[in-house]
Amino acid sequence: MTSIGTGYDLSASTYSPDGRIFQIEYASKAVDNSGTAIGLRVKDGVVLAVEKLVHSKLLVPGANRRIQTIDKHIGLASSGLLADGRQIANKARDEAANYRDNYREPATLKALSDRLGLYVQAYTLYSSVRPFGCSTILGCIDKNGPSIYVIEPSGVFHGYHGAAVGKGRQLAKTELEKLKLSELTTREAVFEAARIIHLVHDDAKEKEFELEMTWIGDETKGRHLPVPQDLFEEADRKAKEALENFE
Amino acid sequence: MNTIDMDRLKTGEVNLGTSIMAVQFDGGVVVGADSRTTTGSYIANRVTDKLTYVHDRIYCCRSGSAADTQAIADVVHMALQQFAQANGGHPSVHVAATLFESICYSNKDALSAGIIVAGWDKESGASVYNIPLGGGLFRQPWAIGGSGSTYVYGYCDATYKEGWGRDETVQFVKNTLSLAMARDGSSGGVIRMAVITEDGVERLFVPGNELPTFWEGLEVLGKPGKQPGVVPMAVEPL
Repeated sequence: MTSIGTGYDLSASTYSPDGRIFQIEYASKAVDNSGTAIGLRVKDGVVLAVEKLVHSKLLVPGANRRIQTIDKHIGLASSGLLADGRQIANKARDEAANYRDNYREPATLKALSDRLGLYVQAYTLYSSVRPFGCSTILGCIDKNGPSIYVIEPSGVFHGYHGAAVGKGRQLAKTELEKLKLSELTTREAVFEAARIIHLVHDDAKEKEFELEMTWIGDETKGRHLPVPQDLFEEADRKAKEALENFE
Repeated sequence: MNTIDMDRLKTGEVNLGTSIMAVQFDGGVVVGADSRTTTGSYIANRVTDKLTYVHDRIYCCRSGSAADTQAIADVVHMALQQFAQANGGHPSVHVAATLFESICYSNKDALSAGIIVAGWDKESGASVYNIPLGGGLFRQPWAIGGSGSTYVYGYCDATYKEGWGRDETVQFVKNTLSLAMARDGSSGGVIRMAVITEDGVERLFVPGNELPTFWEGLEVLGKPGKQPGVVPMAVEPL
């Protein structure tokens, strides 16, 4: 059991004697206990995939999209408190639109991540609000090529070749490290992403889940789109086969 | 009376009655301007630099009110610095031109500014953007502006060709400005030019006594006595 704050963890505006802000760390816990999301940055594109835990048989399959589109060329997947994820997605859309308004060109992911990082960090300063309880993976193809950024509840963000957040992130990261991401094509990355999500879900042995995947690449002409049905089904099937072989 | 009379300068205001131009060529742009700033008929500055730096490879040519254009250029200069810091790279000419346009358009009632933005960037290479009085944005291969430009539209239309190199473009700018300065009372002085390429910015200077000359009016009226029947303009003692 990790150390309890004992009085220094009641608000985000209080440091502990060893220099930690516990509220932010607890926010990360919310992320760690939630469904996995991964992002892959490959040679010519970006793939995002989410393990959607289905909590009721009454839910319409294929509805309730988790991966949001920001502008035309950016995808956003979050893990943790889903309502917080939607708030960040809305903010990202505002910022991207604002950028376009000012500069008359689409926002670069670097600029957008910077703005969102500042926004998330602002909620870690005051006792009157709580930090965001979600980690956000942003994927994009802009004038600098394909890129992936992850923003944590603390507001810190980094660029990655491969990223994983949520419950199954350890296993997902191990799998991602085995891949030569900079040499894969976007198509190959779709298959790998499906395989990894199936792998981490099986590991967790939770309830039913739904896989959701989106991609950006040459085949989408730079737009962020859901993976087309036929490719999706093929990837899903291959992932399940790989799972049987894995065991 | 709340409206501003655009034809009158505000008290003490100084006018960049001007000839400015920018021409794109393969690998860069040449920007050029005359050097005269007037308050009415008084030449307040005869060696003005109307080519203003806004970023490492982006310059603007200013015409209209000197105060207005300096203020706008300052704002854009700062905005581009911030952009470069936040985005970790050189801004494109398109971004610079958009920033100029948004200021010129949203304050069109109060401003008197005709600006030409030109430069080089990695995405588009060389580009020239013209922002006339209303605040519209027009990308063109070559653009002329200022009061002197009206006299040289014909020359430019007839002379400009695509595919010129650096030297031919510089000569084109030099000739055009010289012709404009010869006919426009609000333009004159020296020619200042800057050649902007990927490798850098080269400033060029043509002093007033080295301007290219065209028809000086001497050929028709010969020396008195040489051409009988032709009456000289003034009667001079022999």
